Amino acid sequence: MNTGMDHTVKAFDDDLSELRGMISEMGGRSELALDQAMRALANHDLELAEKVVVSDKVIDELEAEVEKRIVQVMALRAPMADDLREMVAAMKIAGVVERIGDYAKNIAKRIPLMTDSRSIEAVSLLVSMADIAKEMVHDVLDAFAARDADVAVRVCERDQAVDDFYNSIFRTLVTFMMENPRNIGESAHLLFVAKNIERIGDHATNVAEMVYYAVTGDRLPDRERGENPTDEPVG
Amino acid sequence: MPDSISPTGTPNPKMTARNVSVYYGDKKAIDNVSIDVDRDNVTAFIGPSGCGKSTFLRTLNRMNDTIPSARVEGDIKLDGEDIYSSAMDVVQLRARVGMVFQKPNPFPKSIYDNVAYGPKIHGLAEGKVELDTIVERSLKRAGLWEEVKDRLTDSGTALSGGQQQRLCIARAIAVDPEVILMDEPCSALDPIATAKIEELIHELRGRYAIVIVTHNMQQAARVSQRTAFFHLGNLVEYGQTTDIFTNPRETRTKDYITGRYG
Repeated sequence: MNTGMDHTVKAFDDDLSELRGMISEMGGRSELALDQAMRALANHDLELAEKVVVSDKVIDELEAEVEKRIVQVMALRAPMADDLREMVAAMKIAGVVERIGDYAKNIAKRIPLMTDSRSIEAVSLLVSMADIAKEMVHDVLDAFAARDADVAVRVCERDQAVDDFYNSIFRTLVTFMMENPRNIGESAHLLFVAKNIERIGDHATNVAEMVYYAVTGDRLPDRERGENPTDEPVG
Repeated sequence: MPDSISPTGTPNPKMTARNVSVYYGDKKAIDNVSIDVDRDNVTAFIGPSGCGKSTFLRTLNRMNDTIPSARVEGDIKLDGEDIYSSAMDVVQLRARVGMVFQKPNPFPKSIYDNVAYGPKIHGLAEGKVELDTIVERSLKRAGLWEEVKDRLTDSGTALSGGQQQRLCIARAIAVDPEVILMDEPCSALDPIATAKIEELIHELRGRYAIVIVTHNMQQAARVSQRTAFFHLGNLVEYGQTTDIFTNPRETRTKDYITGRYG
């Protein structure tokens, strides 16, 4: 991607920078949504949880607007080479970031259904797990904005840590459920929360792959995606 | 990594150019270009005005011979045969390597005569029946037959611009060439006529080796399988058209095709 030379047609550059700005905003909002959802969970803050659910609409609207703009750029500017790759990546990234927002919303929606779960040990693990996922989302959108393939690669590598957390939380919660059947309802919700965070990590990895493609024109080699079939999280 | 093609690595090329330089007087218009022209694919030459793409195209059938100050160095071969050797008959060469120009230039004669002219002077037809067959076949291949079959005696210049250009292509085809060079064949045509020529290029691919010079990058992307980017007399990059337009290797190519050429 280009940071140096401008297009001869300046309006094209304006279109592109507006789009980049909108995608950054989407990323910032989904990162915040995850952060607030986890704080709401840890503090059993129903008001904050509700706020996350309501704010998700903004991310959805941004995605629709980004898609519309990209179709316009494709039709009117006929982007080529790195511009074309950036538009294709941006289209997919907008969709993925919207999904990340949905997962955060889904976490927030569960909070009113749970009794106060602050005492459950797994909750603190979930908060740490979400911190990593949140950083991945943050860094990968920085990588997109800065056209930095190296940062994208490093984001992919961190997905393993999220998966490890997931497996560990899964075992913790299963043990907790076996200890006392009255824990099952609460634990099932927390399992879904864990799964949602795990998916957010995967999606951040997907975004990283698209950033890598947009910057280099090549697919990220498999070994750098941190994928190892035997380590796939269960469930 | 996309498979990049080496400019000179085509298996079984139709034409090969090696270390070709072209001078107009003291001015070097083409600087040491080596490239293969594939027989089964359409090759597009793109680049900004003055980059030498048309000059280079014209070396492929010695059209530059007609410019007194022009001088060509290096080797150009057609099926391994040196086209600049003294043994090469230039008239014969231009029948084997036909050319279609930017502005349609039919002779001020009937549609029939425009197409029949080449086969006649090259002695390709014995008698009227065979000539009729060649004219009909050429006009069909050029996608013009249905539009002109009932008025073959009308003047070629009375046709629309797009039809005239297809007539010129029919004229080039009539002498059964091996290579067709097209120098911005659509730049004087409207979008519909352009689409017809592009469809025609697609139809002719495989039967003739085709090289097209175009200013219209979308056109290069649409009609060619290989694209060569020229800049300031140099061949900067040559590759699969899909690679050139999605993932060019050279910064100069990228800047040009993305509209950043300063």
